Amino acid sequence: MKKIISIKNVIISLAILILLWQLLFSISNYDKALFPSPLMAFDALIEMIKNGLLLENIKASMYRFAIGYVSSVLIAVLLGVILGRLQSVFKYINPAVQLIRPISPTAWMPFIVLLFGIGDIPAIVIIFIAAFFPVLLSTVSAVGNIDPIYLKVSKNFGIKQPSLTWKVIFPAAFPQIANGIHLALGTAWIFLVAGEMVGAQSGLGYQIIDARNNIRADILLATILVIGIIGILLDGLLKLIENAILKSWGGDE
Amino acid sequence: MYIEVKDACKNFVQDGNEFVALDHVSLGIEKGEFICLLGPSGCGKSTLLNALAGFERVSSGSVTIEDTEVTAPSINNITIFQNYGLLPWRNVLKNVELGLESKNVPKSEREQIARKYLDLVGLNGYEKRYPKRLSGGQQQRVAIARGLAVDPDIIFMDEPFGALDAITRMKLQEDILNISRKEKKTIIFVTHDIEEAVFLADRIVVMMADPGRIKSIVKVPLGAHRDRTSEDFLYVRDKIFELFNLKTEGYIEYYI
Repeated sequence: MKKIISIKNVIISLAILILLWQLLFSISNYDKALFPSPLMAFDALIEMIKNGLLLENIKASMYRFAIGYVSSVLIAVLLGVILGRLQSVFKYINPAVQLIRPISPTAWMPFIVLLFGIGDIPAIVIIFIAAFFPVLLSTVSAVGNIDPIYLKVSKNFGIKQPSLTWKVIFPAAFPQIANGIHLALGTAWIFLVAGEMVGAQSGLGYQIIDARNNIRADILLATILVIGIIGILLDGLLKLIENAILKSWGGDE
Repeated sequence: MYIEVKDACKNFVQDGNEFVALDHVSLGIEKGEFICLLGPSGCGKSTLLNALAGFERVSSGSVTIEDTEVTAPSINNITIFQNYGLLPWRNVLKNVELGLESKNVPKSEREQIARKYLDLVGLNGYEKRYPKRLSGGQQQRVAIARGLAVDPDIIFMDEPFGALDAITRMKLQEDILNISRKEKKTIIFVTHDIEEAVFLADRIVVMMADPGRIKSIVKVPLGAHRDRTSEDFLYVRDKIFELFNLKTEGYIEYYI
């Protein structure tokens, strides 16, 4: 029942969006080539699907995203679990983290391009940075906030490292860690596009720049839509994985 | 003496004020005894239990079990907590198997042992449930089964039934009494409920607050089967009431 309502909501919401777009198109005086209608963008989308350009760019983007995001999450969680248990060490690391964290990952872009050149690596590094801090900080705080009774029970029953981390600390902290991983997904996806706009010759971000250079606003808007849709799909996929893990650990929802 | 506390003191500093949780406490416990530590909050009963269980060290004096100084928790002495301490990401069976895993009991045997003790606490058929789908009483039963599964010498219980409703509490009291007779464990049980202490204990260690100390140790000369309404029971209970100065003189017996 809940699902039906939400699908209905999605359709209505998207219909309003397209309607507004169409309305703006109808009343604006811009050149059609600069501000295309929904239908024109849709035609451009079909064109890109047919000539294979879209698939190629999606593949390039997803490859970078997968490597950057997954490696970032793994390293951040690992480091976060360690630092969460060593709060006295984290005290000395936290200030540096807080200094670097608010810097937009794109600010590193020129530096990264200078170091690694144009290609896959700049986008991967940007995604890595974008995902790293939210995951690291949520993991450190999740591990620090574990109910002390779990640790007391573990001590009583003789559970020692590394079992302690795997059997107790990680599952106890997981719901909060998952929040961080989830948050980081959205951020990382946003910065993928930014990374590819500057540092790549392929991918969805590059396609936007390319469309601008060719004054193909229809392709540009179609690409933007595709980026949004993939973002939603990735979010849904992650939610499924999260729920599967939580369910196997006794959560009903 | 099996368990011996000698001249134990424990001081805390709280908000700059020093607080004496245990003031020169000495106590000896025989193997197989059921001991209740009874007293109002702040009397140091939980502090004493934590020192016996190895979660906290005393500031001075000594705590020994079989002539060995207690310095850390051990799998031979299991503590049952008021809030159960079950791992919510494990089902009932896996929770009971927890201690067996670190004792390196083979997998097939673990399940067999776990089922045996779940049976003992009356939770047959609940193996695959997760803790949050159980009532408080059932959760505490799982915790008891988990403790018994590792075959400990001593079971420490820190107000284990404090969060349960009165009826469930009485049922669990009966069950723990039966289990203690059957399994022949030494049990040290912290409570602030006088009736609970009289129902369960072989000896009641009556404690007072400020500073935390032992006021007296009362032997409970009741048999294995205890009736909460019998005259003997009420007699022992009254004796404890007197120790806490709760008994009013006169014909009307009025308890708070």
